[in-house]
Amino acid sequence: MRADDMLPTADDAAAPGAPRTVMSEPDVARALRRIAHEIVERNKGADDLVLLGIPTRGVELSRRLAALLQEVEGVEVPVGALDITMFRDDLRHQPTRAPMPTRIPPGGVDDRVVVLVDDVLYSGRTIRAALDALADLGRPRAVRLAVLVDRGHRELPIRADHVGKNLPTAHSERVMVRLTGVDDAGDSVTIASGETRAGRPSTPGGAR
Amino acid sequence: MRHLLSSADLTRDDVRMLLATAAEMHDVQRRDVKKLPTLRGRTIINLFFEDSTRTRSSFEIAGKWMSADTINITGKGSSTSKGESLRDTVMTIDAMSVDCVVIRHMASGAAHQVAQWVDASVVNAGDGTHEHPTQALLDAYTMEQRLGSLEGRRVAIVGDLTHSRVFRSNAITLRRLGAEVTLVAPPTLMPSGIRPWAERDGLHLTDDLDAVLADGPDAVMMLRVQRERMSGGFFPTPREYTVGFGLTRDRLRALTDANPEAVICHPGPMNRGLEISADAADGARSLVLDQVSAGVAVRMAVLYHLLAGEEVAA
Repeated sequence: MRADDMLPTADDAAAPGAPRTVMSEPDVARALRRIAHEIVERNKGADDLVLLGIPTRGVELSRRLAALLQEVEGVEVPVGALDITMFRDDLRHQPTRAPMPTRIPPGGVDDRVVVLVDDVLYSGRTIRAALDALADLGRPRAVRLAVLVDRGHRELPIRADHVGKNLPTAHSERVMVRLTGVDDAGDSVTIASGETRAGRPSTPGGAR
Repeated sequence: MRHLLSSADLTRDDVRMLLATAAEMHDVQRRDVKKLPTLRGRTIINLFFEDSTRTRSSFEIAGKWMSADTINITGKGSSTSKGESLRDTVMTIDAMSVDCVVIRHMASGAAHQVAQWVDASVVNAGDGTHEHPTQALLDAYTMEQRLGSLEGRRVAIVGDLTHSRVFRSNAITLRRLGAEVTLVAPPTLMPSGIRPWAERDGLHLTDDLDAVLADGPDAVMMLRVQRERMSGGFFPTPREYTVGFGLTRDRLRALTDANPEAVICHPGPMNRGLEISADAADGARSLVLDQVSAGVAVRMAVLYHLLAGEEVAA
């Protein structure tokens, strides 16, 4: 028996499979604002920071964090994107897809503090791949991880430094993040019961 | 996708996906560390029965940059020169459990034939006068990098169409991307039986290069005069070919007068002074070296989509 079997699952009152909102638009905004403050607190300022979003939604979140850091510290933090497609360990388990752009800010990552930004932290395999991808691009002084949602079920020794919301889930549940600017709908995080595709918990995209 | 044998096998969406992947691979090529772990543990054999500089080396580099093991076998120096048949050579290679065979062969249809024999993925790197699909992809990629979307763009393909696998694959791929394609060749080098294809796929045919250039096409692709495939009689003298169908200095001026943004492609190797002048080959409008640079990125994209994903049942 796994620990997650004892965790509370979807609201019994809701229809089975119906998504339940766990973060609304103001919740997402508040969480990001707190993360922005945590990042500068931890870093003792915004110097040497580089934010790298993991496509697709991590890139949007990193842009928002940069705007908040600008507001809080008055510093323009370089923002980029780090695609991990070619570094995945489960390439053989799904059809290939075109990689998303990797954009490293002009100053590079050498001797900087890189904050990786993603929407959902789940198995940790995406972040493992991101660390490998990052190693080929330079040698940051430190790498930190900021995520909007940590839904548990790690398969690797990886943890987030900054978490918007810790969300206890069952393996069978799906967490969906929607963000204005990426999705048609406004910001929200919802959770739905339903079959995850076996063995593929870290599929990028809206549902995890 | 299991094999890449013909440009006709690729839908518009397939082409779009390969070109989008190539664009990201091109970025990797500009980094200090040009290595991705994606094809670690995969083995690729480059089986080349015809001479090649850029295609073979770019397939080898593409495989290596994606961490595959690549091995080159050429017709000369293999057991083929001892009289081994193509089938025996290929079956020998397949018995070593390779994942991909990249093949260039002088016989049209060789890649299709090999794909029936082996378990490995097969990439056609040029089969006789039939097709050369990765060349068409890299030409489309290079043109898009300079011109933006090829939808509605006018591309002229000029020269020895009869012996050109590059033109056949290019005409298909360019039409997939919505370009207007005009084929220019002396009547003796216009393939027999091209009309039904041209009518079906909307290819324009002509033997008047000057009229095409005066019209200001967005891209002009000059084809190599393939002396090794010619058994005489296609044109009286090289000089006469140049006068009628070479991209000379005067024609280059006519082209840039009609369309200052026009670009010039050549799949290489070039016969300078025959089908293309030095001014055209080395000028600011020439994409010849961009094409070579794109070749590696496009072949990385092809190998990735053929070899990295879910195993397809044979």
